[in-house]
Amino acid sequence: MAVKTLTINGDQYSAQEGESILAVCRQHHIPIPTLCHLEGLSTVGACRLCVVQIEGNPRLLPACTTKVEEGMIIQTSTPKLEKYRRMIVALLASEGNHVCAVCVANNHCELQDLAYQVGLVRVRYPYLYPDKKLDATHREYVMDHNRCVLCTRCVRVCDEVEGAHVWDVAGRGINCEIVSGLGGNWGDTQTCTECGKCVMVCPTGALFEKGVTVSEMEKKKGFLKYIITARQKKEWISQSE
Amino acid sequence: MAGTETKPRVATVWLGGCSGCHMSFLDLDERLLDLADKIQLVYSPIADVKEFPQNVDITLVEGAVTNDENEEMAHIIRKHSRYVLSFGDCATTGNVTAMRNRFGTEALIDRAYQELADISNSKPNDHTLIAQLLPQAIPLHHVIRVDAFLHGCPPTPDEIWFAINELLNGRIPVFNTQFLRYG
Ligand code: SF4
Ligand code: SF4
Ligand code: SF4
Ligand code: FES
Repeated sequence: MAVKTLTINGDQYSAQEGESILAVCRQHHIPIPTLCHLEGLSTVGACRLCVVQIEGNPRLLPACTTKVEEGMIIQTSTPKLEKYRRMIVALLASEGNHVCAVCVANNHCELQDLAYQVGLVRVRYPYLYPDKKLDATHREYVMDHNRCVLCTRCVRVCDEVEGAHVWDVAGRGINCEIVSGLGGNWGDTQTCTECGKCVMVCPTGALFEKGVTVSEMEKKKGFLKYIITARQKKEWISQSE
Repeated sequence: MAGTETKPRVATVWLGGCSGCHMSFLDLDERLLDLADKIQLVYSPIADVKEFPQNVDITLVEGAVTNDENEEMAHIIRKHSRYVLSFGDCATTGNVTAMRNRFGTEALIDRAYQELADISNSKPNDHTLIAQLLPQAIPLHHVIRVDAFLHGCPPTPDEIWFAINELLNGRIPVFNTQFLRYG
């Protein structure tokens, strides 16, 4: 495979053809905030938190879906990017009902971590306080749409890794939501194997185990790399991540 | 008391919150004595002052703006304070107080005064006596300009101590790195 050389934040790096900007940055510990991206799942470029600036291109491009090119000059952290990222997190916060103080995922939440990472001191937009549902029909788990940021990780892990395809995305814009089966209750779907993968990859407290209370729902994402490495390389790595 | 006029004038206000933020303030414990030397507390739920005074240097505001009385008070606070600090998550995001927003005020009043009533089940109707709920409980900075934000439900005594000391030293406290947190 051909090697590409590129400049990131003023330093020179080399990368393999076909690699994403995000992959190169992760290899070299250059921080870029991400939300919809999760190692081991397909890439959808939906949340736009990972946007970077590329010289000669007036548009901001997502690092997770953009492939490296020879001679690319990339900035990953500029006042403009920081402002956009803060706007994205502020919009996510204002579009749902995120009440950290009473959330099962408090202190273990990627949305919370992102708010700190981008320095979200307050939200200027009006909060929408949407009237969202909570589905507690499943024997083991709960889906609280109030805390869903529509990253679609649950949809992808269930389809791509578990092969059950319980989840889907329905509606558009502000009415967009995650649905189970053909839009009915999660507990009524015939396809769910109760594997819990969607719960573990969910970045917020939207998907959680029954019986947990405030701050108790810790997600363990190590299983994903474990399964995928086992399937692809027939190697059994440690799950502790 | 000699020399009190020169000490910074500090106020704390309790709007639509559970008083937990003020409890955390009281948890400053022995540091309260230290603070009493440095400031003059001119208005607070823990001091018996009826009217919000003029020329306040720093005002800490707990709670969301949830009724017409809070809204009026917010404007009075802004008018008479040099620095206004949103004190805790309810003031900053609406937090727990704003969880009622999806239900509408009618349903809320029915629930509180009728469905859950043990004895009398009459609804409040004299709004000259009882504050009227706004359609939604909202963060303080959506009503008035706010100079700094202290997060947490409630903020810890250490965070409160840091914020007050920064303000007393004439600096706007910056929580981005050290104390930025929700919940
Ligand atoms: S528990 Fe497993 S099978 Fe069921 S919805 Fe979640 S990922 Fe799909
Ligand atoms: S339920 Fe969780 S994983 Fe699924 S889209 Fe919503 S936030 Fe993402
Ligand atoms: S932030 Fe928490 S402790 Fe403070 S008033 Fe609101 S609910 Fe109470
Ligand atoms: S992480 Fe790249 S768009 Fe979401």
